[in-house]
Amino acid sequence: MIEPTTIMPDPSTKKVPASGPSTLSVHAGEARVKPGFSITDPIFAASTFTFPNTQAIVDFLEQEEPREEYGRYGNPGERVVEEKLAALDSGEASVLFASGMAAFVGLLMAHVDAGDEIVFFDECYHRSREFCRRHLSRFGVGFRQVRTCDYDAMEAAITPKTKFIISESPTNPHLSVVDVARFAEIGRRNGVLTLIDATLCTPYNVKPLEAGVDFVLHSATKYLGGHNDLLAGAVTGSAELLDPVRNLRGIMGGVNSPHNAYLLERGLKTLALRMERHNANGQAVAEFLAGHSKVERVLYPGLPDHPFHAIAKQTMRGFGGLVTFFLRDADWQQTAAVIDAVQIPRIGPSLGGVESLIEQPMVMSYWNYTPEERAEFRIPDNMIRMACGIEDAEDLIADLSAAFEVAE
Amino acid sequence: MQFRTRAIHIGQEADPSSGAVVPPIHLASTFVLPAAEGPADYDYARTGSPTRHAFEAVMASLDGGARAVAFASGMAATHCVTMLLKPGDHLVTGTDIYGGSWRLFNDVLSQRGISVSAVDTTDVAAVQHAIRAETKMLWIEPTGNPLLSVTDIAGCAEIAKAAGVLLVADNTLATPVLCRPLEMGADIVMHSATKFIGGHSDLLGGVLVARDPEVGRKLHWMQNATGAVMGPLESFLCCRGVKTLELRVHAQSATAMRLASWLQKQQSVKRVYYPGLEDDPGSATAKKQYHGGYGAMVSFEVDADVNGAQRFVESTKLFQLAVSLGAVESLIELPAVMSHGAYAPEARRAVGITDGLIRLSVGLEGAEDLEHDLSQAMTKISAS
Repeated sequence: MIEPTTIMPDPSTKKVPASGPSTLSVHAGEARVKPGFSITDPIFAASTFTFPNTQAIVDFLEQEEPREEYGRYGNPGERVVEEKLAALDSGEASVLFASGMAAFVGLLMAHVDAGDEIVFFDECYHRSREFCRRHLSRFGVGFRQVRTCDYDAMEAAITPKTKFIISESPTNPHLSVVDVARFAEIGRRNGVLTLIDATLCTPYNVKPLEAGVDFVLHSATKYLGGHNDLLAGAVTGSAELLDPVRNLRGIMGGVNSPHNAYLLERGLKTLALRMERHNANGQAVAEFLAGHSKVERVLYPGLPDHPFHAIAKQTMRGFGGLVTFFLRDADWQQTAAVIDAVQIPRIGPSLGGVESLIEQPMVMSYWNYTPEERAEFRIPDNMIRMACGIEDAEDLIADLSAAFEVAE
Repeated sequence: MQFRTRAIHIGQEADPSSGAVVPPIHLASTFVLPAAEGPADYDYARTGSPTRHAFEAVMASLDGGARAVAFASGMAATHCVTMLLKPGDHLVTGTDIYGGSWRLFNDVLSQRGISVSAVDTTDVAAVQHAIRAETKMLWIEPTGNPLLSVTDIAGCAEIAKAAGVLLVADNTLATPVLCRPLEMGADIVMHSATKFIGGHSDLLGGVLVARDPEVGRKLHWMQNATGAVMGPLESFLCCRGVKTLELRVHAQSATAMRLASWLQKQQSVKRVYYPGLEDDPGSATAKKQYHGGYGAMVSFEVDADVNGAQRFVESTKLFQLAVSLGAVESLIELPAVMSHGAYAPEARRAVGITDGLIRLSVGLEGAEDLEHDLSQAMTKISAS
């Protein structure tokens, strides 16, 4: 019998007797018998955790009694999300952070020393690269980047000082798909750590840890939370490699909040269901756009003419909700006119929520860059990024179709 | 716009003050007025609050009604509807209905001088026969609980209209995804939002949707006078739940259909109740009034005494032993001792709730995982 007031749920009741992606989304990481016998995990809105007496503190400090101590070091609700994410990613452990960037920074700060180097595929999130180029460099860490999916260039860029190789897959907004097994193999052969930012694919579509990658990073703000109503980030991998990350998080303090962690847990329960729909909507919208006379080109890994379609088909369950396309013969204002004419997707950054979002990367993320810099980032003025939500595909297509006419 | 698109966008207009894609949660109990007299959108949160209104707006749209009113629980919503009745009035209801509704009708309304008749509402002639001159309300559950009997909404609406009786449908089990009673002539729809609408077993709530604006106004007046409103956090979670409602209900219904067919083939199962089965008595009516599935509830009788049934429900590893229904987690229960324990034993048996009756609420887990779970529990029925 488990006492209803037990703070740490009994880990022996956490094993899910099944492996389906939706079953894991609903149950993984949760104790079958929860505090108070609630069907859902309680939100522990506590900054600190008390001890009945001094001996209990001594027991805790001597590791006899695993339990919570102070909110910055851990919270029961946060641990449930971490274990759920680890199970979904097929990893041993996961560490939750206040945002995707907090997770990225937390991971690198824990594993990189002065004199080390990091090599990126060049389509990685520009803020991640900016952190390395402008801030890690102040601590004597070197930074290089090579063309995305140029594995030979990646291998050539690795030096004895290299500590990490990093990529997203698919990349944003170009949706290049990395052969994660090949990426992991390069890391193994050269003795460097490998990190895949899997925000756009989620464990539903790809599990890079199974392909041998060391760390998977998620901006859980996107598909994992799934409702555009929270910020969170996470790193999953082996318990051994994540121990220093967890310890440093306790010092740097970029933890998630108990309320957020609950919303994330709730969002994860429909992850498989939502991803199936995001995948279907992404494919339908991409196919519609590919056949439209006003569209010059569509980037979507599910389309046969996508440069990485073959590897995507081989390694991914589905291709996600993000679709990038280029308007035919349009300058930035004509492109903006289409964005301003849509009725269903809201105009805004981010992706992965139930609501569709649309944006022009040149305006939204690269406005303060020079045309030459934008060319270097491969962000032309006529590029539109649409993050398909889970609305009905027919409605999204009808809306885009009407927007093309209005923007005439 | 299609159902799912409305479920995501109605009432969720981006916040004008910040542009936030999800409207803020307004926890305020009171609102500052522009002037001592004159119109204001909100004055006191019992009367109305922006977050509750967002949920009410999306529910009115999904059910095709003029106005929705959200409550602290499904029973608070049900109670509010019955407050439209006066002493001397008569209520007709079904026999296969939620035990809590039955308790309210039978034990509470009777003390207010309102008489109640329970009839088998799957039999339209019996419903007609039960209507009296003083009958003011007909309360049906289109899909009954726990026997999942199917009541013909349009047939009841015809009778109610001719008799000048208000038709109220507790549509908790079918949800507006599968069935919209207001479009078939019902006057008011009630949902326990605790179930599919919230969908994650983490809130209590109820909602009424009225077809006619005047009926909606009366319900809101009564709610404001009696006070059992839905709180802002629950309203926010309900809005969030509704965004995946169609996906969840379709997936859960498909899994339920598969499990019902599978259960029919099991030796230790005497009878399966599921309106999606061809040989179910409710099949024809269900086909007529439900679209896209037959719901996530499956009931069945095991060939065992109450102890055998108890061993079964205590042996499942994915299905969790609990009352309530409609959420992402699959639940299992014994109606005779749990959800319908409020019935007197004789009344319970009279309506067909036997000791071996087991009710499943099918969640979002994989169908194979759930089937496997039931299969292993099946072997635990006989004591060994």
